[in-house]
Amino acid sequence: MNYESVIGLEVHAQLATTTKIFCGCSAEFGGDPNTHVCPVCLGLPGALPVLNQNVVELAIRVALSAGCTIQPRSRFLRKNYFYPDLPKGYQISQFQSNEEMPLATGGGVDVPTADGGRKTIRLTRIHMEEDAGKSIHQEVFVAAGESLVDVNRCGVPLIEIVSEPDLSTSEEAFHYLTSLHQLLVYTGVSEGDMEKGHMRIDANVSIRPVGETQLGTKVEIKNVNSFRNCQRAIESEIQRQIDLLETGGEIEQATMLYDPDRNILRAMRTKEESDDYRYFPDPDLVPLVVDNAWVERVQSQIPELPEDKRERFAEVYDISGDQIDVLTADRDIADYFEAAVAAGAQSRLAANWIQGDVMRVLNDRKIAVGDLRVSAEYLAELIGLIDKGDISTSIARTVFDDMVETGESASSIVEKKGLVQISDAGELDGVIDQIIADNPEEVERFKGGDQKLMGFFMGQLMRATKGQANPQKASQLLREKLG
Amino acid sequence: MADDSVFSAQTARGLVQGIRRGTHTAREITEEIFAHIHNTNPDINAFITIDEEGAFKAADAVDQKAAEGQVLGLLAGIPIALKDVLCTKGLRTTCASKILDNFIPPYDATVVTRLRQADAIILGKLNMDEFAMGSSSENSHFGAVKNPRDQTRVTGGSSGGSAAAIAAGQALMTLGSDTGGSVRLPASFCGVVGLKPTYGRVSRYGLIAYASSLDQIGPFARTVEDAATLLGVIAGHDPRDSTSAHVPVPDYLLACQRGVDGLTIGLPTEFFGEGLQSDVRNAVMQGVEVLEKNGASIREVSLPTAGHPAFAIAAYYIVATAEASSNLSRYDGVKYGFRDEAENLIDMYVQTRSKGFGAEVKRRIMLGTYALSAGYYDAYYRKAQQVRTLIRRDFDRAFESCDLLASPVSPTPAFKLGEKLDDPLQMYLSDIYTVSVNLAGIPGISVPCGTSTEGLPIGLQLLGNTFSEETILSASAVVERELAS
Repeated sequence: MNYESVIGLEVHAQLATTTKIFCGCSAEFGGDPNTHVCPVCLGLPGALPVLNQNVVELAIRVALSAGCTIQPRSRFLRKNYFYPDLPKGYQISQFQSNEEMPLATGGGVDVPTADGGRKTIRLTRIHMEEDAGKSIHQEVFVAAGESLVDVNRCGVPLIEIVSEPDLSTSEEAFHYLTSLHQLLVYTGVSEGDMEKGHMRIDANVSIRPVGETQLGTKVEIKNVNSFRNCQRAIESEIQRQIDLLETGGEIEQATMLYDPDRNILRAMRTKEESDDYRYFPDPDLVPLVVDNAWVERVQSQIPELPEDKRERFAEVYDISGDQIDVLTADRDIADYFEAAVAAGAQSRLAANWIQGDVMRVLNDRKIAVGDLRVSAEYLAELIGLIDKGDISTSIARTVFDDMVETGESASSIVEKKGLVQISDAGELDGVIDQIIADNPEEVERFKGGDQKLMGFFMGQLMRATKGQANPQKASQLLREKLG
Repeated sequence: MADDSVFSAQTARGLVQGIRRGTHTAREITEEIFAHIHNTNPDINAFITIDEEGAFKAADAVDQKAAEGQVLGLLAGIPIALKDVLCTKGLRTTCASKILDNFIPPYDATVVTRLRQADAIILGKLNMDEFAMGSSSENSHFGAVKNPRDQTRVTGGSSGGSAAAIAAGQALMTLGSDTGGSVRLPASFCGVVGLKPTYGRVSRYGLIAYASSLDQIGPFARTVEDAATLLGVIAGHDPRDSTSAHVPVPDYLLACQRGVDGLTIGLPTEFFGEGLQSDVRNAVMQGVEVLEKNGASIREVSLPTAGHPAFAIAAYYIVATAEASSNLSRYDGVKYGFRDEAENLIDMYVQTRSKGFGAEVKRRIMLGTYALSAGYYDAYYRKAQQVRTLIRRDFDRAFESCDLLASPVSPTPAFKLGEKLDDPLQMYLSDIYTVSVNLAGIPGISVPCGTSTEGLPIGLQLLGNTFSEETILSASAVVERELAS
């Protein structure tokens, strides 16, 4: 029996706001436990939530970028359950049903398919909600019969992006997540820092015989924190379900937790134990009205999206498709590239330099391109010097390293260190003659047919000129003189 | 209270003027009133927490300001006490519950901040039905409040301490909260003035929530004028409360002078039907006649849904308990308040809440949880909210032809302590004339209008359309003036 898998993903993404969704506390990651708190996010008696407008702005922005419809009127609901890291005993969220509309519905994200094509993964909805706190079950506390709760994260603004079960493979799931991540970071809606837990994924996985239209029983995998782990977890679960069916078993609806260290899934709870959240509209908040004017304003402020940027690069710049993908993956890198070209750099050279030396430095130093001391204009100047023939590529790389350290321009470093390439035949002549005179044996062997010795002569020439000989000119002159 | 006491006959305004002129000091007033409280509270049990240190500190600050000739707040030196449902920074706030027995809020409710800014002297926190759930102020972890007019009887609830403190002269003004009648009922039973403002008129930030879409903080006082003054101080939009209204605050004190000439007052037929004790009816009609004599015209109106006890009470007890079941989830022993130690999390939750909450609170949490649960939400909560819309429409329609509505506050005057404790449904029926008002969000007052054959106080309920507190106060002042003797 051949099975196909049906996968839907729910992604919780943290919004890039300064403060929390219902109070003015800092939404920053970390901080000493229970210091980013106030009566509201602590759930103290008498406290009331007040909606952060910036949260709505960002949610609308990403929803429009994904082609969603913004609901003109939506409400917040209470999702009631007891857990120590949920101070109020309920989470303020949104819901979707016949009566309730979340902020945004519809929309989609494109992913590449196995056969080289593309397909759209439809979205069900995007809604806003508050995050819960953190429970700390470190061994030292558990041994003492305690767990600790850090409320800092309570009230941090999240959006939940729910997809239709349109994903067919774990690879597609991986691509969906990277595309979604890119969209969130591109639009400035989320910082997308996976180490800070900015994106958490729940996957719903079911299988069915190929050709069957009815969905199989779905199993939920909760709280996966990386895209690769998500892909692995889905693969694991698909295999588990296939094995179960093939040995005559039945798939029970369940919730699983993925253990990345051992690459296994652990059951969390079965259907019978699942909570009744008793959703009802939160009477402390008024319905949210988003009018056309607001939507239009947000729409006009959306930056160029990755797909559009890729298309434009292909039209405007003479660089390869692979280079386009690398350069447009990060919006800041793309901007840097464009600024360098605008400052006069030849586009292919600029692409090479950014893909190579620039990104090497960024990775080594773990900095963003905005923190690099080599501005796009300075890079353009450096590239210009190579293009003009003032310096060789290998010299240019040492100049670049200097620029990164000192923040100076290429031309000033070249001048200070006297690194201008020597291309003048007259200058090189004398040096070459000296080398020939100093190495009569090697000259004999070369004339006798040992072509490999060209490398030796070039090396000598470079040493004598401190690497500043123009390689092409040097090679040409050497050949002339050596015959 | 002694007749020669420094403020036995004065209104708040007079008292503040006296401080400005130096006739008396805030400290003198505060000393005198604490002496009286210590004398009377063991019997009345209106106070849960008495804060002499805080009160004297505030009094001295007021006297200092007065001595320096600084501008004094509207309530300078006025002794005020607060229902223990309002958060007071650094001062224990219990909601009359064991589960908050040791809770000390780190912040002030917005209304408390406004009182402090007005230089009021906060004496302490007042007894109530636990978590504002009750109609008699007997459901308290700290014992029942006794009616100063007859200590064998209840004060009404849930703001029983707030009404009793006024009636016993333990404070010049108090604040209570009204979710289904909890200001108006005790005001009626104790013979004082109690007002429930329009929903959204007064900020709920810092009001420990019972039913979020119904709760409002309301002023109690001996006179309509003082209630109006207090309302003026606490009313107004608050950015910390998303449900507070962007409606400017008028001069409520001035409104007390306006009279009722030309106003139309409606009597809802359904509120004068069976079950209404005859001496209550008579006292209420006495009040209505006063209004007519002073230029108002009286007519009958019908409130078919709002006036139907089954619909109004049922809708209220579903909506209120549903919201309460969620609002009270935070009392779980994890962060503050009482915690019963246990071997695991579930046991901790169950034991803490079972031991920490009283019977009536547990009853309502269970009712509310049921009404919201899967499979029942549509039949109960959703349906109740739809009935609520019909109730609101009843009042909208009535106010097309009337400026105010007049009715009793409750079918009977204050009943005996313990009389209704065994029959929760009987207790709930005390609210038949008051709950629909909260469901509709409109304002209402209870102003004394007579006594029962046994000499117990009876209140006249006046209702107005949203944000018509001025009209309500005008009419109340007329009733008070004529029936003051």
